[in-house]
Amino acid sequence: MNHAFGASVRQRSGLAIIDLSGEINAFADQELDAVYSEAEATNASNIVLNFERVTYINSTGIALIVGLLARARKANRRLAVIGLSDHYVEIFHITRLVDFMSIYPDETSVLAQVG
Amino acid sequence: MTAYLKKSWRSLFGLKAVETEEPVSLKLDKPNRTMTLNLDLGANDPLLAYFLSAQGVVEIDRLEMDSPALRALKEAGVKVTAPLVSQGELIGLLNLGGRLSEQDYTTDDRHLLNTLATQAAPALRVAQLARQQQIEARERERLDQELRVARVIQQTLLPKSLPELFGWRVDALWQPARAVSGDFYDYIIFSDGKLGLVIGDVTDKGVPAALVMATTRSILRAAAERYTSPGEILAYVNDLLCQDIPQNMFVTCLYIILDPISGHMLFANAGHNLPVHLTQDGVQELRATGMPLGLMPGMNYEEKEAHLSPGDGLMIYSDGLVEAHNVSGDMFGFPRLRELLAQQSQLGDRSGEASIQMLKGKLAEFTGPAWEQEDDVTLVTLEYVASVEAPSSVQEESQQEETYATLAEFSLPSEPGNEILAKEEVARIVQGLNFRGERLERLKTAVAEATMNAMEHGNQYRDDQPVNIQVLASPSTLMVRISDYGGGQPIPEPETPDLEAKLAGLQSPRGWGLFLIKNMVDEMRVQTDEVHHTVELIFNLEGKPL
Repeated sequence: MNHAFGASVRQRSGLAIIDLSGEINAFADQELDAVYSEAEATNASNIVLNFERVTYINSTGIALIVGLLARARKANRRLAVIGLSDHYVEIFHITRLVDFMSIYPDETSVLAQVG
Repeated sequence: MTAYLKKSWRSLFGLKAVETEEPVSLKLDKPNRTMTLNLDLGANDPLLAYFLSAQGVVEIDRLEMDSPALRALKEAGVKVTAPLVSQGELIGLLNLGGRLSEQDYTTDDRHLLNTLATQAAPALRVAQLARQQQIEARERERLDQELRVARVIQQTLLPKSLPELFGWRVDALWQPARAVSGDFYDYIIFSDGKLGLVIGDVTDKGVPAALVMATTRSILRAAAERYTSPGEILAYVNDLLCQDIPQNMFVTCLYIILDPISGHMLFANAGHNLPVHLTQDGVQELRATGMPLGLMPGMNYEEKEAHLSPGDGLMIYSDGLVEAHNVSGDMFGFPRLRELLAQQSQLGDRSGEASIQMLKGKLAEFTGPAWEQEDDVTLVTLEYVASVEAPSSVQEESQQEETYATLAEFSLPSEPGNEILAKEEVARIVQGLNFRGERLERLKTAVAEATMNAMEHGNQYRDDQPVNIQVLASPSTLMVRISDYGGGQPIPEPETPDLEAKLAGLQSPRGWGLFLIKNMVDEMRVQTDEVHHTVELIFNLEGKPL
């Protein structure tokens, strides 16, 4: 079974973009935490989670995202998400995560909004 | 004189019992003159034959022969000796050194010594036997204790419970001839949900067989991590076992891999008794050839296929049953076994439990009550219980008397990440139904979350507790039933998680599973009994028939 979760940070136009890939479940916990700390270290006030290459998010993955959101709010940062499939957009609505983070279809649209 | 004899006492072999007797009279002024002489009197020493045939007291100085023992006696200063003979066996010597007066022993002295020896010999013999029995009893007790521990250890090497797969039943009987056994059986559930079932029989019985059994079982377990075909597993185990197994020992072994969804079975046989397939048309032996394990490396094991249909049974067994003898010396034998199983099959009860009970009874009847079990007896049965009927709750609750057909059933080991296998398998099974796009995604998420709950909360990720999944369909609905072993405890109602509280750190960020499931399905039902906990996920098919 391929649990491969991957994550890396890049900066663009004052944003820290975290590119996520693979499955977001309990196995992703530590790496997600570490990459988020890396994004925080850029001092960007807006952090974008890019789900374009994410294949699966389970309820534990939702909990990890809630954890990141809590961290962001504590530090007065804003979180945005891009690249979610229709199914996960629905799940972000059901879980009301959309009330606390903005959803954009892709990188261009989030850059246009922030820029 | 008696005291004097006592003082000069010199002895061979365990005369302590006699030495502790109080001297009869006279004070002992030099008690240190009593001593024990350890004499090495070999079976070839001519002195032994002389003592055995001697009548009464022997004067050592008068003897001339080439005997190491005689030299030792002379060197120790022994003048006369009375051989203590009991039942033709020399069990001791009553030796006297020189008299303090330096005079020779008189005829009276020799008579007295002889009389004493005649009485001492049987007493000494009894003492020796009693002591030997004590030692043997202690040794037996120690061995018994060790065997009791060995048996407990060996039992931990057998499955603590039998696999529970929907639609299937496995039963087993393990009856060692002695405290420990060379027979074993084991099972494993592969990551694709298939069942591996193995039975083995080590030559010989008792402790040597049990030690080889433990090794074989471990290697078989390790082999199942590498290979998923029975022939490859046996070839691998054979090569490893050949390096370690004592000469003249080997292991017969049958390995079966069953796909519980289709009833398809692949098997390989390393010289073990042929499994018997029980069908409504009679019984059939399933043959695959291969050498027993541990005889020579580099062997190939033929793989054969078989198919079990609902209602079919499979009996696998070790030698102990067919090679049992009755009082007239007749053997139970294969023909009798086949005949009995054929009768059982015709009766329509091909259940493993019924077959095992029947054979146990017939074996007892055949051998009679005084039978001392000759070899380990192991029986393992596999039974394809007829298709699972629609759950009663659905039938009761549905206005339209929904009839469900089982599309598929499968089991998965409780391991983190296996929920993905569950959702992909269910997605594959429902391909022919009207499930596409977003609806299919919802189904997959609900199945994955329910499977994760079953593995984590119901089964606590235990190796021996798989998650069982059934996919059923009626003309208007699809139902996925996900069962775990978390029966007997209530399941909390799904509540809407308080996201604000979670974000403020007042609640754990977790706890989304049931809430998500509830939002993915058209209906969710929960059933709990003593053992199982089952979640039913129901999706409307929007009136489209199958």
